[in-house]
Amino acid sequence: MSLWIWLLVSCLLGFLWKLTGYFVPASLLRNPRMSRIAGTMTIGLLASLTIVNTVATGQSVTLDARVGALGAAAVALWLRAPFLVVVLAGAGAAAGLRLMGWN
Amino acid sequence: MTLLKSPAVRVGISISIATGLYGISFGALSVSSGLDFFQTMALSLLLFSGGSQFAFIGVVAGGGSGIAAMSAATLLGMRNGIYGMQLNALLRPSGWRKYVAAHITIDESTATSTGQTDPDEQQRGFWTAGIGIYILWNIFTAVGALAGSALGDPKQWGLDGAAVAAFLGLLWPRLKGREPVAIAAVCALATVLTVPLVPSGVPILIAAVVAAVIGWFSHGRSDEGMEPDVDPYAERHHHHVHSHPRHEATAPGQKTAPEEGAR
Repeated sequence: MSLWIWLLVSCLLGFLWKLTGYFVPASLLRNPRMSRIAGTMTIGLLASLTIVNTVATGQSVTLDARVGALGAAAVALWLRAPFLVVVLAGAGAAAGLRLMGWN
Repeated sequence: MTLLKSPAVRVGISISIATGLYGISFGALSVSSGLDFFQTMALSLLLFSGGSQFAFIGVVAGGGSGIAAMSAATLLGMRNGIYGMQLNALLRPSGWRKYVAAHITIDESTATSTGQTDPDEQQRGFWTAGIGIYILWNIFTAVGALAGSALGDPKQWGLDGAAVAAFLGLLWPRLKGREPVAIAAVCALATVLTVPLVPSGVPILIAAVVAAVIGWFSHGRSDEGMEPDVDPYAERHHHHVHSHPRHEATAPGQKTAPEEGAR
């Protein structure tokens, strides 16, 4: 039962985070420096999300088939493949490498 | 059908399918972590933020308490507030739309929207990706939760590899010029170094802070993909993009107000 409570609290706080952003005055982002930070932060967040999804297993860093997925996606992007092809390349590489026994 | 000619709508649909399918792996992992079907669905319907959801079930699976699961999910959800700030400046939703927009403010809808130059395209990208992912993510969460063990390990299908590719695909168009590449590299390094040291989810926030500090102190040109409104699809979709007025290299606040309910 208590898991339900914390689960619903998570949902409420998650929504409040999202909503908070929408009530920050837009004038703050009109400032060139803030606009620049928004840009660098997007790059930082995406780079971090990519790496976390590639090497993190909980709190440990592991090299497994996901590294192959990263490589395959990079090659697909280099070849200017459409987004969906890039995603499929990543999934295919990870699945294929696992099939060959590399976890 | 003109809507399907919009590059933002196409990216939005692609990303909806890719991310939505990943919901299978969330649903399957969630029930194997010990949550029941309804708890799993509550997370996808109400929390609706992949990272936070995986963090929540990850802590539960590791034997953590409900409050620890909540803390991890909430820390990871903080970045959605940053996205909300950016999207509010770009899209300016009003009234009830603000609350709907907030609920579907996630990595993918933000990236699809901020990846567009044209204000109408930013609107279309956000709403297509946001609503599309919401619907498919919930359908496939249910499929995964019900199919559960019958499906086997979702990793066997390479679904975790799909997530890696999706995030790299969103980052890639922004890596124009030396500075964005350097920022991405520094943030990736900060992430790898902090993963073993802090609870999961926190390395992403540390990377965000590092990126913000770089943004605060740097004075580079503003047309190297540093602005939130770069157009990663310009090379592939020239003819579409040019049919709209372009607003290159302008800060979001300087843009003309996007049309209400462009979708």
